[in-house]
Amino acid sequence: MSRQISDLSITPRRRWMGILAKSPRAALERAWNELGDKPEYRLLRAPEIGLAMVRGRIAGAGEPFNLGEMTMTRAAVQIAAPQGGTLTGYGHVAGRQPRHAELAAIFDAMLQRGDECAAALIEDLAGKLAAGRAAKAAKVAPSKVEFFTLVRGE
Amino acid sequence: MTLAEAAPKRGGLPAKAGTHPSAVSAPEASPPSHPLSSARAAERWTPASAGVTSGDIAPGFRDPVHGAQRAFRLTLDAMAHPARIHDLSGLLAAPPPDPLGDAAAALLLALCDVETPLWLAPEAAPVLPYLAFHGGMPIVEAAAEAHFAFIPGPARLPPLGSFALGSDEYPDRSTTLILEVPSLGSQGGAALSGPGIATAARLSAQRLGADFWRQRQELSALFPRGLDIVFTCGARLAALPRSAIVESF
Repeated sequence: MSRQISDLSITPRRRWMGILAKSPRAALERAWNELGDKPEYRLLRAPEIGLAMVRGRIAGAGEPFNLGEMTMTRAAVQIAAPQGGTLTGYGHVAGRQPRHAELAAIFDAMLQRGDECAAALIEDLAGKLAAGRAAKAAKVAPSKVEFFTLVRGE
Repeated sequence: MTLAEAAPKRGGLPAKAGTHPSAVSAPEASPPSHPLSSARAAERWTPASAGVTSGDIAPGFRDPVHGAQRAFRLTLDAMAHPARIHDLSGLLAAPPPDPLGDAAAALLLALCDVETPLWLAPEAAPVLPYLAFHGGMPIVEAAAEAHFAFIPGPARLPPLGSFALGSDEYPDRSTTLILEVPSLGSQGGAALSGPGIATAARLSAQRLGADFWRQRQELSALFPRGLDIVFTCGARLAALPRSAIVESF
């Protein structure tokens, strides 16, 4: 979990998909409702709920192991591409969140098209996520305990 | 920590019954590699994998769960009654890409997933993005490694012996062929007998030559090894399971 979504080394698309997935559904819904010209979209894959295996590596470097399965929802939509054809947007979100996955997919498709409203939304959401994380970190910081290990006499 | 893509378990999707070599005999052959790890994982479909993020992919089943169940059920019935023609129309939300017919597409979407390697005749390459998106099945180069194979026309059919025929211990480890034919009829053509056929059944398919039927007759000697073949023609299909005996053609 060490990767921060503000990390510039990740691709822009990966970053925005992460932000869309982690932001509250209500925020996406509000943005969608406030959108001036909503793109026409068709569901390529209607939101479906399933399980995904979450895998980890000890200390981020060991052999991968299966941590457990988590519920997730995915959706895919198509919108018209500016140069003809279609763009496919994907939404993958944690939990049982059909509408959230659908909205994330729509915004993903819009962002691929270079939509400025959607890009502004991402920056707004990223700021809120970062602020939320910082607030939580500040709240728990006073209770932080530094552990140390005594060397056993051997 | 990474979120492994792939294998979201869709409710109610029928999987192919029986097990295959990769699922059973792998542990002795390959030491620590978990089926999900290493090279296999790289083959799997991810949303961002090349060629899938853009372009026109047609939607799949109109109703994913019930559509897949219906396709499975009809195929089961077709297998139980060799040469009987079934209609799979109306299951898909949109026409599949050429050269996939409705029945072949419904069948592949219902039966294949990330655990069933598929062999595609070279002419069927345009359907790759569609299948990768909806099924995520790994595509194999060697026909003998495939659990399923799609061939867009009898002229493209490799020798039947080049597919997996199963073993005497595990006859289910064979390739199921899905062969698109220009026409399908139950008049004339090859005469069949065997389980599921009360007296006699006939199956005719355009451009399916004597060579095919001869090869199919030779396979009967290997029973329980053999090939299960599904002929598709647009939205219709008929099956020729390995148990069917070709009496004449």
